[in-house]
Amino acid sequence: MKVAVIQFPGSNCDLDTVHVLRRVLGIKADLIWHKFFDGSSYDAVILPGGFSYGDHLRSGVIAAHSPAMKNVKKMVDDGKPVLGICNGFQILVESELLPGALMQNDCLTFVCKWVALRAETNRTAFTSLIPRGEILHMPVAHHEGRYMIDEEGYRELCRNDQIVFRYVSEKGELTKESNPNGSMDNIAGICNKEGNVVGLMPHPERASEKTVNLYGTNDGLLVFESMFECIKTGRKMPCRSLAVCK
Amino acid sequence: MANYIIEVVIENKPAARDPEGETIGRDLINKGGYEMITGVRTGKYLRMKVKAKSEKDAKDIVFKMCNDLRIYNPVVHTVTIHVKGVEK
Repeated sequence: MKVAVIQFPGSNCDLDTVHVLRRVLGIKADLIWHKFFDGSSYDAVILPGGFSYGDHLRSGVIAAHSPAMKNVKKMVDDGKPVLGICNGFQILVESELLPGALMQNDCLTFVCKWVALRAETNRTAFTSLIPRGEILHMPVAHHEGRYMIDEEGYRELCRNDQIVFRYVSEKGELTKESNPNGSMDNIAGICNKEGNVVGLMPHPERASEKTVNLYGTNDGLLVFESMFECIKTGRKMPCRSLAVCK
Repeated sequence: MANYIIEVVIENKPAARDPEGETIGRDLINKGGYEMITGVRTGKYLRMKVKAKSEKDAKDIVFKMCNDLRIYNPVVHTVTIHVKGVEK
């Protein structure tokens, strides 16, 4: 089993992600410069957080045109797990591998804090070990994280069970106060219809070791463990959602 | 062939909130005494030079480029393209 973490110019959470995969999870992980990425020898790929290409024009849009993304698209078509964290999520949206847009936070400032998230679906390659409704804690750190999609797109997301995480209060309620960026319907993460591509604004790699955060949580590790499980069991993707309506 | 000057303006669609425009409108313009200004929207502005046979060709090239390269995100943005003249 081998997982790739793609490094774009301006990525800055790449080494943290590799550390969690190698040292915490104990799997083989390669850090690959975006120009040299070939997905055929990997079981999964992670697009890490950061500020690829300085966030010029729009966060993630220039990286979305990197040659690496052609290979990522191929992996998506092959049903392999693909995860985008923060800037990685923005790249997946700008590559049209995930629908919608990530816009400037409604508070107009960079937000860096711990948030509570509710897991909304366990049918994805990155949440299969997280029971629906489970409350997880992870940090967010972004300036463009306000998820937005048109009405029809939102209906599609709900119909296809594509909303993966929502920002919630400690009690698990959807409140305005628990939403750090003004995201539509408190959306923190989504997946594609098949469930093998997941993007989220919070950083699971920064919440994967109890000893290195103030809150003593390793909730983020569940995201990587789910991926590990998915690869190990050879779970076939696309996996159909029970919630799909015709 | 002439070098046309083209302006591209990217704005949020009306359904997509523009908190930056709202803050400028409310906290700077309205509070600064210009209550008659009732709406402010921010956007992104790109100015480019395009080698083309005609004004229409120049505009078409830029429009195609904006769509091909996702200069705007069609889910939440609109794009407006103006020909501002020819470089002398």
